[in-house]
Amino acid sequence: MAAYGAGNYRVSQGRGPAAGFSFTLYAILAIVLMVLDRRGGWLTQARYYLSAAAYPLQLAVSSPAQAWHWTQETFTARATLEAENAALRARDRELSLQTMRFDALLRENDELRGLRSALPPVADHWMPAEVVDLELNALKQRLLVNRGAHNGVFRGQAVMDSYGLLGQTTRVSPWSSEVMLITDPEHAVPVEIERTGVHTIAVGTGDPDSLALPYLPANADIKYGDLLLTSGLGGVFPQGYPVARITEIRRDAVQPLAQIRASPLAKLTLLREVMLVWFEDGHPAAPVQLKAGAATSGNPTLQRQPGPPLTPLPLPDLPRLALPPAPSSAPSSAPTKPPLKAATKTATKAHK
Amino acid sequence: MIERTHDSFGRMLLTVLVALTLSVLPLPLWLSAVRPAFLVITVLYWSISVPRLGGIGLGFFSGLALDVFRGAVLGQNALALSAITYVAVREHQKIRLKPSFQQALIVLGALVAYEFILFAIDGWTGHPVTTPLRWIHTLTGALIWPLATAVLDRTRGAR
Repeated sequence: MAAYGAGNYRVSQGRGPAAGFSFTLYAILAIVLMVLDRRGGWLTQARYYLSAAAYPLQLAVSSPAQAWHWTQETFTARATLEAENAALRARDRELSLQTMRFDALLRENDELRGLRSALPPVADHWMPAEVVDLELNALKQRLLVNRGAHNGVFRGQAVMDSYGLLGQTTRVSPWSSEVMLITDPEHAVPVEIERTGVHTIAVGTGDPDSLALPYLPANADIKYGDLLLTSGLGGVFPQGYPVARITEIRRDAVQPLAQIRASPLAKLTLLREVMLVWFEDGHPAAPVQLKAGAATSGNPTLQRQPGPPLTPLPLPDLPRLALPPAPSSAPSSAPTKPPLKAATKTATKAHK
Repeated sequence: MIERTHDSFGRMLLTVLVALTLSVLPLPLWLSAVRPAFLVITVLYWSISVPRLGGIGLGFFSGLALDVFRGAVLGQNALALSAITYVAVREHQKIRLKPSFQQALIVLGALVAYEFILFAIDGWTGHPVTTPLRWIHTLTGALIWPLATAVLDRTRGAR
């Protein structure tokens, strides 16, 4: 270690206060950055370019895994391919049978609704995206996919695979975007139980195989194997897409709420390709389009309309009993802003 | 001396880039829990062995890179890394003279301090993550410190 001679020693001795000074500067800079980033605003733009700069390295980092998949695919045995082909054909047949029925149902539904022409499907168009990076741990369940703002991807876009709902885009860079999975601990999907129509919220747990339904009362009508669909509330996902199946119900006599777990239908751990979905604006099942930064305002057309003044109706003069308080507003006009409360309320009401 | 410094600055950047790659490499769940913070260890190494080369700026910008890759609050890793880089740069002479085992203990302390700053900022920004898994990497980081110094000494061409 000849490099650490006496000369070096003196120089570095002299840098004591300078180091303290530059540390103070950097610390202040970091804190300012954090505060600005929390506030949002112009730093989102900075982050947009920074993540664009980081994308090549992310691609490079994921390339060994991609290369491995590629070699695997190139050298798969003929037998495997034939088996896969047969399975796909069987699935195709099954799906086309289902679609036949679907068309009939759609017509029937249209007639029931009294519509003149058939509604187009709610999904306007789809774009496949490849998974570049996958982060599945207890703190974060995120994907990085290779489509970004240049492909028209926007923040808060629904992402699916062929089995069910996967998540939504949280951060969009020029050529890539980050997808928050429905199992991320910070994610919540407004869902509807297909069998009963009860609305609730499915919250991520940090485990790729499970979602929690923490807001259902212990006596809620829910069974093992019930299918959860998106309810269309919340403004991100359209109504009626499959999300998960109930796998575990625990009712505790002491707890007011049931402990319910569901397993996502999308194959979260085996992801290679996902679908980004654009929805038809104005379709009855489409999610309410949110303006940037106005996640709470919702669609003005869905706001409460000014109704007649709420004066009490003149009741005939009868001996008054203890009347139950009248419900203040119809459930359809309940604001979507506090989704948790609204959902639990509807859930309890539906149960009663 | 000057061109040598220039040369070693390039080498330092290269090792930092490699460490960043190792830090963000996608790994299975159980492996990523025990993955040492390669970038933090590399930055610590450079600030202890050649403090004038990178200085606290190295810590700040490496931390910023980590923030971008991890999608954390911008400045979180930058603050934590510049804090421990500052201590390392200030105390580098004392740390350098210690035997390898004691150095590893000091690195353990630095990693715990680093993780604690991240933890505090996580709490402040409203994403409290209290799983004990997040502390495991401090131990593995201290364990690979002797190996890391050996490898990085090679790249530096130290005799």
